[in-house]
Amino acid sequence: MNVVRFIWQNHIQVLELTLEHLRLVAFSTLFAMLIGIPLGMVIAHRPRFTKPVLASANIIQTIPSLALFGFLLPVPWLGQRADRLAILALTLYALLPIIRNTYTGIRGVDGAVVEAGRGMGLTESQLLFQVELPLAVSVILSGVRVAIVISVGLATIAAAIGAGGLGEFIFRGLAMVDDRVILAGAIPAALLALLADFGVGWLERRLQPR
Amino acid sequence: MQPAASSPVIEFCDVSYRIAGTQVLSGFDLQVQNGETLVLLGRSGSGKTTSLKLVNRLLSPTSGEIRVQGVPNQDADVIRLRRSIGYVIQDVGLFPHFTIERNIGIVPKIEGWPQERIGARTQELLQMVGLRPETALRYPHQLSGGQRQRVGVARALAADPEVLLMDEPFGALDPLTRDELQREFLLLQQRLHKTVLFVTHDLREALRLGSRIALMEAGRLVTALAPKDFLRSTDPLASAYVRAFGDGLESAANRGTS
Repeated sequence: MNVVRFIWQNHIQVLELTLEHLRLVAFSTLFAMLIGIPLGMVIAHRPRFTKPVLASANIIQTIPSLALFGFLLPVPWLGQRADRLAILALTLYALLPIIRNTYTGIRGVDGAVVEAGRGMGLTESQLLFQVELPLAVSVILSGVRVAIVISVGLATIAAAIGAGGLGEFIFRGLAMVDDRVILAGAIPAALLALLADFGVGWLERRLQPR
Repeated sequence: MQPAASSPVIEFCDVSYRIAGTQVLSGFDLQVQNGETLVLLGRSGSGKTTSLKLVNRLLSPTSGEIRVQGVPNQDADVIRLRRSIGYVIQDVGLFPHFTIERNIGIVPKIEGWPQERIGARTQELLQMVGLRPETALRYPHQLSGGQRQRVGVARALAADPEVLLMDEPFGALDPLTRDELQREFLLLQQRLHKTVLFVTHDLREALRLGSRIALMEAGRLVTALAPKDFLRSTDPLASAYVRAFGDGLESAANRGTS
């Protein structure tokens, strides 16, 4: 109950850090979608690029997050502000699930449906926007959902380079050897992840094609 | 631009198609006349489906030329060409996220027809293929296989194409539904007189629906005959086919529509 009291006493700061955290996750997910979905669409139609793109995204995923934050520090414009850096790193991590699910979703569309559409004279872009994307949307969203959950967790580490967010509590608590402070960061972060998981999951089911 | 009445609607001129080292079609010559139902008959891998896809350019020939209404189809705008040809496949390929109405109206819609004309046309087509008007608002997964295939035919007819390509459209249906759809196809064709290129491996279906049967084997055209001549053909492959299908074919070839 100490934790609850601690959070209550510091609720303004908890709220601030939660909003900061959300901001990091929201921007990085947005950028990852803007890059990842078109990239996934391209590799679904150009088999030549499939392997290199997925392999690159995979490699990024294997870089330890603390190391990636460090690597990016000397980058000119980005290195000046910790939140820019954090957003870039989180974007990179979010790419893999989004690219992969966009690719899988589009490749999973029934071949007969695409062939019938093409045979009837739909242009390639009509096929993509009226047939392939609507049918792939729930698979793409489940990739976004995974990306968000990963980002909420990883964003706590961004506090190590001073990007703010709920990680501040966690690092501070570690330094002070105080469980209450750690939990004041960890509990809201876990709730955020659960909430995002639930919210996007709901959207995913709503948009599920029959 | 209008071709002379006697000129074929679809014409294969010495067409070959080769992919990944496999010769799928070689020296294929065939003419489909206006208003006839030409059935491509042959076993799996004989090149029937390939021939069909060469017409609407889902595939391009390695050599030779295909003319549609007198124009080499490589010279035509591919999107215009496909929209002017109805296409029905075995798996139907209805868009699962569209209502039946939107499925049928897709080509008219991308062709820019006004909404009320599309609606009227959809209702007309539903009636034509024997579906109830309220089917319009349903989704493909709510229909039976036979109903879906009817929708597939209606969709192919939507923009009133002169030419229909049908790739084993009734192949996946149970015998009773298939019989029903074959009968309705004959009735429909009596009214509409489309030029139809129809693929099947079922001799009975070929005899019943075709005005001519083109027998294919290993990428070559063996012979093209009217159903009754096909039954009497001395060609070894044709007679092998007839033997394999056994008795009762004469009556099928009489094409009773009742």
